[in-house]
Amino acid sequence: MSFEPKIVGFLCNWCSYTGADLAGVSRIKWPPNVRPIRVMCSGRIDPTFIVKAFRQGADGVLVSGCHPGDCHYYEGNYKALRRIHLLKRVLEQFGIHPDRLKLTWVSAAEGERWAQVTKEITETVRRLGPLQLKE
Amino acid sequence: MVKFKIDGIQTEAEAGTAILKVAQKVGIEIPTLCYYEGIEAYAACRVCNVEVVRGRRRRMVTACNYPVSEGIEIFTDNERARRTRRMILEMLLARCSEVPVIKQMAAKYGVEKSRFGYDPKEKCILCGLCVRMCSEIVKANVLSFAYSGTARKVVTPLEQEMATDTCIACGACAHVCPTGAITIEDLSRRKGEVPEFFLGPTTAISIPFQQAVPKVPFIDPESCIRMQTGGCGICAKVCEPEAINYDMKDETVELDVGQILVVTGFQVFDARQMAQYGYGKLDNVLSSLEFERMLNSTGPTGSRVLMKNGKEPRAIGIIHCIGSRDEHHHRYCSRVCCMYALKFAHLIKDRSQAEVYQFYIDMRAFGKGYEEFYSRILDEGVNVIRGKAAEVVEATWGDGREGHLLVRCEDTLIGKFREIPVDMVILCAALEPNADADKVAKVFSLQRSPDGFYLERHPKLDPMGTMTDGIYIAGCCQGPKDIPDTVAQAAGAAARALALISKGEVFLDPIRASIDENLCGGCKICNNLCPYTAITFDEVKKASVVNETLCKGCGTCVAACPAGAITGSGFTDAQIYAEIEGILADAGSK
Repeated sequence: MSFEPKIVGFLCNWCSYTGADLAGVSRIKWPPNVRPIRVMCSGRIDPTFIVKAFRQGADGVLVSGCHPGDCHYYEGNYKALRRIHLLKRVLEQFGIHPDRLKLTWVSAAEGERWAQVTKEITETVRRLGPLQLKE
Repeated sequence: MVKFKIDGIQTEAEAGTAILKVAQKVGIEIPTLCYYEGIEAYAACRVCNVEVVRGRRRRMVTACNYPVSEGIEIFTDNERARRTRRMILEMLLARCSEVPVIKQMAAKYGVEKSRFGYDPKEKCILCGLCVRMCSEIVKANVLSFAYSGTARKVVTPLEQEMATDTCIACGACAHVCPTGAITIEDLSRRKGEVPEFFLGPTTAISIPFQQAVPKVPFIDPESCIRMQTGGCGICAKVCEPEAINYDMKDETVELDVGQILVVTGFQVFDARQMAQYGYGKLDNVLSSLEFERMLNSTGPTGSRVLMKNGKEPRAIGIIHCIGSRDEHHHRYCSRVCCMYALKFAHLIKDRSQAEVYQFYIDMRAFGKGYEEFYSRILDEGVNVIRGKAAEVVEATWGDGREGHLLVRCEDTLIGKFREIPVDMVILCAALEPNADADKVAKVFSLQRSPDGFYLERHPKLDPMGTMTDGIYIAGCCQGPKDIPDTVAQAAGAAARALALISKGEVFLDPIRASIDENLCGGCKICNNLCPYTAITFDEVKKASVVNETLCKGCGTCVAACPAGAITGSGFTDAQIYAEIEGILADAGSK
């Protein structure tokens, strides 16, 4: 049986979560590997959530917010951008490939794009294989 | 007031009034070429000669500038006046033998030929009306007289063929010229036309259309001579209630409101993008809005269906889906075109003898009563051809004399290629989002669907709400729709707004951040992060505090707090950890 990665998706309430919902309403197929958690804003995503997800056995983490300039809270996604870039450098030092963490922008109208994004990260993580963390 | 007689009629007028004006009031017609209301009379053409009798003295004067005075008697059409006028007209006819207005006026006074020769090329009678218009009224000072004697003529600066630099292309000189000696080659610099309705120029001051609300004229500052050169001002002179104010400026009004309805509408697809249909290149290829304007009873043709040459078309083709249902432009259906195209067909049948051809992909008569209307159109003898037209080209009839247009298309119902000759083509262009829709979206934090129209909060459960509380959308800014659908959506959106107003209070989501004063170290990182400035620092408690009414619950501060002192209700760290554990329960922690 081929490796099915487990990916945690952190989705902002206004754009990405609605976009993923639209993908569902429009009957667009996207991989079930991505398991969404809704937060109000991508700016709410504490880097410890991502570390926690990797510790709990996730092979990849997808963070998705509104497009730059479209944030419901004006600039939460810029804060997420800052934090994710820093976190990627930290993860690398932990031996976690930075490609396992993906930050992307999906608007509420982009059901197609949501399916595309989830397919991409699933394929990336599938290629990287299961995450092996040492104690 | 002075009393006098004009053609035997005892009358009175303000002293100093010109005879011509008095005559107009009394209803006596005095012929003239160079008199123009509003421009100082100059008595150049001398056609308005009349005889004035004061006591025993009789003399010929020009009516346009001779003032009336007490006790005079004026004869506008006696033998002496007629004889003088005949002589003047004969001389004018000698100078400008082919100018229609002079020929007609001469014929009226029995002057058939000139004893002084003919000049068929000359059109200018040197009345100087254009010169005075240009300098006195327009104040552009472009036209002037040059040379003297028989060489005298009206010239542009340095006798350039086109007065390019100084001329403001207002067209006033051509307008006042009694003989049509002045033509304006290119009026493209003249603004004031509404590009969508380019069926003819309008004036600098106009009422946009008869049904306009409010129905008052507006001035286009770019083409108003008064605003450009400080001259003219005629509209203010003739306006009795003195309603014209040239100093009015656009102003920005700031209003405090609690809710906003965004109903910014649509724009029409520019059919020039589809060059195969010849819009903008071929005469008589019209956009649907232009044709709508033509059908309007107060429009430029007074609702008559006419071609550019003023003739009635023999056949009209209506092409559907221009820019809509088209992968190269807009994939969506514009919804309104089928029905207005059928309405066009009905009105063309009503107002002209023309054959009508509809070129459609699918006839979408979806609304109440629409299918019945479609059947009625078919009964009226409108030809419907299923198949998108491929192109519109120019062609000639068999004898090659009269031009027409040819619509090439595939008739998919009979499976044949067809060429339909028509005189006029109407393009049903798509409705599309306004060009500045993205800017408006930014202002109101709206989102847009892939087609560019504003996105509703939910397509079924909240079709007029948006992601931003208190902002509603209705009409074509949300997507193409016809009038009944727009009215329904707008009424719904207005009701939503009214519901909140009558309730008088707003319910807030319970998702809020709160700070534990005991844990807060007073680093103030959160103070600057908050986009709503809901977090302030309490100097007494030495801790940050959240204003719960301002907080929208985004959680940025929660994620940033180094002490973990901020809790975001509904999305606490503990809750999200539990969620992560839950969805990864099958993974086994590492």
